[in-house]
Amino acid sequence: MTVAIIQALLSHWRRHRLQLATLLIGIALATGLWSAVQAINAEARASYQRANEQLALGQHDELRNPAGPITIDRYLSLRRAGWQVAAVLEETTRIGGRSIRVMGVDMVAYPALPAVTRIEQSATPPNPADILTSPGRLLASPELARFLSSQTGLPPVLTSPDLPPDLILTDIGVAEVLLDRKGQISRLIILPDQPRALPAIAAITPELERVEASSQLDTAQLTNSFHLNLSAFGLLSFAVGLFIVHGTVGLAFAQRRGMIRTLRALGISMWQLVWLILLELSLLALFGGFAGLMLGYFLAGALLPDVAATLRGLYGAPVSGEIALQPKWALAGLAMALGGTLLASGHALIRLSHMPLLSGAGVQAWRTAAFNGFTTPLLGLLVILVGIIVQLSIGGLVAGFSLVAGLLLGAALLLPSLLSLVISVFQRFTKDPIAQWIWSDMRAQLPGLSLALMALLLALAANIGVGTMVSSFRLTFTGWLDQRLTSELYLTAEDDQQGREISDWLAPQVNAILPIRSVELAHPSGPLFLYGVVDDQTYRQHWPLIASGADVWDRVNAGEAVLINEQLARRQDLWPGDDLKINREYTLPIAGVYSDYGNPTGQAIVSMTRLDQIAPGVEARRFGIRTRPEGATELANALRDRFDLSRQAVIQQAAMKAQSMAVFEKTFVVTSALNVLTLGVAGFAILTSLLTLWTQRLPQIAPVWALGLTRARLARFELLRSALLAAMTAIIALPLGLVLAWSLLAIINVEAFGWRLPMYLFPADWVRLFLLTLLAALIAAALPALRLLRLPPADLLRVFANER
Amino acid sequence: MNVKPWLLILALLLPPFAQAQGYAGLGGSAEGFDIPQPGYQFEFPKDHGPHPSFRIEWWYLTANLTGEDGRPYGIQWTLFRSALKPQETEGWQSPQLWMGHAAVTTPDHHYFAERLSRGGIGQAGVTAKPFEAWIDEWHMRGPDINKLSLSANGGNFGYDLDLNAQGPLVFHGDQGYSVKSGDGQASYYYSQPFFAVEGTLHLPDQDIAVTGQGWLDREWSSQPLAADQSGWDWFSLSFNDGNKLMAFRLRGDRSDFTAATLISADGETTALPDGSITFSPLETSTVAGRTIPTRWRVTLPDRNLDVEVSALTPEAWMATRFEYWEGPVTISGSHAGRGYLEMTGY
Amino acid sequence: MLLKIDNVQKSYPGGRPVLRGVSLALDKGQTLALTGESGSGKSTLLNLAAALDSFDGGEITLDGTDLSGLDDPGRAALRRQSVSLVFQQFNLIPSLTVAQNLSFHARLAGRRDEAWSTHLADRLGLSDLLDRYPENLSGGQQQRVAIGRAMAARPKLLLADEPTGNLDETASTTVLDLMLSLVAETGAALLLVTHSQDIAVRLDRRAHLSGGRIT
Repeated sequence: MTVAIIQALLSHWRRHRLQLATLLIGIALATGLWSAVQAINAEARASYQRANEQLALGQHDELRNPAGPITIDRYLSLRRAGWQVAAVLEETTRIGGRSIRVMGVDMVAYPALPAVTRIEQSATPPNPADILTSPGRLLASPELARFLSSQTGLPPVLTSPDLPPDLILTDIGVAEVLLDRKGQISRLIILPDQPRALPAIAAITPELERVEASSQLDTAQLTNSFHLNLSAFGLLSFAVGLFIVHGTVGLAFAQRRGMIRTLRALGISMWQLVWLILLELSLLALFGGFAGLMLGYFLAGALLPDVAATLRGLYGAPVSGEIALQPKWALAGLAMALGGTLLASGHALIRLSHMPLLSGAGVQAWRTAAFNGFTTPLLGLLVILVGIIVQLSIGGLVAGFSLVAGLLLGAALLLPSLLSLVISVFQRFTKDPIAQWIWSDMRAQLPGLSLALMALLLALAANIGVGTMVSSFRLTFTGWLDQRLTSELYLTAEDDQQGREISDWLAPQVNAILPIRSVELAHPSGPLFLYGVVDDQTYRQHWPLIASGADVWDRVNAGEAVLINEQLARRQDLWPGDDLKINREYTLPIAGVYSDYGNPTGQAIVSMTRLDQIAPGVEARRFGIRTRPEGATELANALRDRFDLSRQAVIQQAAMKAQSMAVFEKTFVVTSALNVLTLGVAGFAILTSLLTLWTQRLPQIAPVWALGLTRARLARFELLRSALLAAMTAIIALPLGLVLAWSLLAIINVEAFGWRLPMYLFPADWVRLFLLTLLAALIAAALPALRLLRLPPADLLRVFANER
Repeated sequence: MNVKPWLLILALLLPPFAQAQGYAGLGGSAEGFDIPQPGYQFEFPKDHGPHPSFRIEWWYLTANLTGEDGRPYGIQWTLFRSALKPQETEGWQSPQLWMGHAAVTTPDHHYFAERLSRGGIGQAGVTAKPFEAWIDEWHMRGPDINKLSLSANGGNFGYDLDLNAQGPLVFHGDQGYSVKSGDGQASYYYSQPFFAVEGTLHLPDQDIAVTGQGWLDREWSSQPLAADQSGWDWFSLSFNDGNKLMAFRLRGDRSDFTAATLISADGETTALPDGSITFSPLETSTVAGRTIPTRWRVTLPDRNLDVEVSALTPEAWMATRFEYWEGPVTISGSHAGRGYLEMTGY
Repeated sequence: MLLKIDNVQKSYPGGRPVLRGVSLALDKGQTLALTGESGSGKSTLLNLAAALDSFDGGEITLDGTDLSGLDDPGRAALRRQSVSLVFQQFNLIPSLTVAQNLSFHARLAGRRDEAWSTHLADRLGLSDLLDRYPENLSGGQQQRVAIGRAMAARPKLLLADEPTGNLDETASTTVLDLMLSLVAETGAALLLVTHSQDIAVRLDRRAHLSGGRIT
């Protein structure tokens, strides 16, 4: 019997193949976009974890010298006192134009480093003598190894698949040669097993600071906000996809009510039917979900390289650009498909299960029953309110997202009522009978299109919001770059000695030489980069201060005060007038706060003299050079020739800005891609809604046609109606998008990155998006309109036929 | 045997096991390293220091001690040197690698620790005058080799001991040229077996004052074993009558190779050729999943010596990067006394 | 002659002939009942007369216009201006109110006449229902709206396809009475398709369609 019922149920899909395709595509799109984002996140997180595990990052306490490198003598003092510490020398360097992190570890004293253990356990372990003695060996991921092999002047390269991208692992003895930092140690890892009876570290090397493992820079924490952003977008796409599913399933159920009534009349219980339908839906969900996984996999593969570049550029987080099909997110994707489909179908299923055996209500009744009355708009208002309350009462990134989610969902729920209101106003003021009919017909169609229009609203608002955010950011960032990159040339010498020589040579020919010197300090808030500046008009005139006390620069230059960046200010709630504890000895009042969009870490600026007191011996290899802009190229070439500097060692302002902008643009590639995809999905939702509405359109259209309107005209009206609805939705989406943009700029960005950006408006973008929306609506309505145009009169006449 | 290849650097320090012959040409040529020659004239204190042109070298001290509680204890303090290349250079890229092993054995427990370092930066090394051998905070040092202070620490144990030589250095084999196989592989090998030891053991629950006897072995070579030799059993025995015996058996696939040195109470030595001494395991114990002979019969028929050598505890397994058994033994039979036993390759 | 149908032939896709040369004429103010079995082609003939569908052969002239020569917009214009239709299924525009439905055709035809509309609503007993939507009306009420919509445009020819087919006996009588009296009042011609002889006898002429021909 069950087989017979299933056959009966499935026969529906055979007759409605387009509906089946729509349902499957809806599930696939929802699952696909969600899975793509999850896959990207999972891959990135796995990369961090792999890197952290392989390189034992953030697992042990460390010793650092706030004043610069640690000498071998100090290392020996600790060792001879019994402390089991492992020396690490690391620095990011440029090899063949590529920025690569070199990590040199003492492979003898620290053979337990997992990356080293992996190598010695490999099938073809290298000869230890090769690794430990000159010239040594470089270990790199396969991709980097290929790149390095093509470079000259490097030690031989060995491949280790477990290493993060853009990282060279090598023995510390090789690293100090490669980085030209002979006898220097960046940090000492305090190994887990220590002998008994150790003297206190402070008694041996008082100048070293112990950094707890927990307070070390954690890529996962750092990039959390980025991934949360992506997840939010994935969820939005998922929701938009579910709108399609909801619409299709609802219609399919409505169309099958007759069949189901018949089946029940034939003695099949409602529960049997509900279970079978659940089974049917689950199968469809798995089918669609599987297709979605494939889609997601390829999508993720296409997007990951840019995400990886962003994460590396923005956070220095090691992410490889290759995606692996991981069972974890694959299963999660299928579960989402299943859960989403059942969620989207639940309403229809419940209604179906409560359907009285003899009810005559048809498809139209089902349509109109959705989204009418006061429940939906009230729910919408409630959701918005909850979002606002959560934001106000809890705060933080997640609350920021709940505000945004509340706004979006609430607005979506309000949309049908709003549109209905607008339409009835138009209807009232229209005298022309055809126009009147169009408005009234539009209103009648509204329930069936509501979900698609909601999806469109969400997509549009997200587009406007994110677009405004990115464009505002770009504008601010460009302006900030202009303020920040004021020197005509940026120069990196090979060492301090050469730096001095270059300074001496340059001094008579240029307006100013601005040394760029910094040291990384361990601060309770995370790593703190302390910069030194010389007194120069360049800073006084251009430095982008967002808050300042009196005589900012005079006080800073006198060594009396410190400037901090916005990230640090917001994170620690430090503002002019507060004190910043730089290290044990130095605490300075804050004179000003400057905007800083280069990275999410904390920064502070003191006078050069102060920097030398706080951290003696900070290297002085980098300079900004102020000179006549026309002469910059010539000077750059002269410098390269005279001091035998590489191209990367002398960079002109324009190139520096271009590099920075390139990183910036990469950051938002994914966002834009997801934006466009979401809009596409919304357009598809409209198409499917129109197609599913098609069967109910004929009884609406046929009488009008019979009364003397041509099919061509009716087809044009179909296009017009779709465009009008989309246009109205777009107009409603605009303020919503702007509120969203404001939330992103003023709440989410502050929480995620630590900077608040001014909001700019881009009406030209809105016009473009508006036209794009109309286009999408027209394309979506094109197929139904074309069908109508080509419809044989016989099909319309059938509506009037007596014998049906 | 699952010897991790990386450990090979350190494995070079010990006589390699059977499959080691494939590695780094151990069974073959010495790759630019010096080879021990018969008739070598030792020069002190210089020869107490390192010999970078030889592949391997060690400063190996064991001591049988008695605590204030009357219980027997044993300690080990070893510094191994292994050279990747026959030279020393300054800095991290020094080809000289160092490994320290320290252990305390009680009648029911065995504590051990290990340290690794490279030469060139001063984290480990040996100087001849004043004498100091060290790795990290572990050290064996004094004005000269006859008067030393010895210290080492692990996570939960340690010791601080004073050593005073009560007799002369003794030379094994042919005046310090110690042959290790029928094929002629050899090492330079001398000992100071006459240390009086006094000091403190730090055990997890208490410190114990101890006294006893110590035995220092000095050995260096570049090619210590024949290709087919898979491990060894090495005995340093101090009899109650003041005589001492150093004896070892190198276990080969084709045949075993034995050698021994009888040392009289005043330091006179008699080298005994291959085959003059017999070793037969009487009892094995399962330690760390391996079957280890922990009671031996050692006979020297020519000298009327027939003794049973029993481990103080079978637990004296050194689960270091390169594993072996090293622990104190008691002697009974024709002679009584105490000593140390080292077994590798099980 | 208002409507002249001459030797009209029509086949359905697949070649099954429905009309095999039907000829029929209707003058101004005349009423004609077209009877026939189910599937005899009465509705098809009505649809052809209403310029809703095209035919394969023969000629139809409506108020002097040759239908076979018309394109789609031409046929639409003819429907707007010259004919009104009443169907068995009422076929009101569901999204419009009764009042809007009533005046819809007249406004399309450009012949809106408030007085006439009010009169019609009165005559049809719809005055209290003007703000309702079709789905809230009974079948008889809906058909009265449909008749009102048809007559509001003051058509020269009213075409009715089983207008009482979905109604009970009382409602049928009311609807038919109203339709006939309004037709008489306006001087419109009526072509009514029915299978009921009781209804057919109330009209001026009768024609019977059988086997695709008038018999």
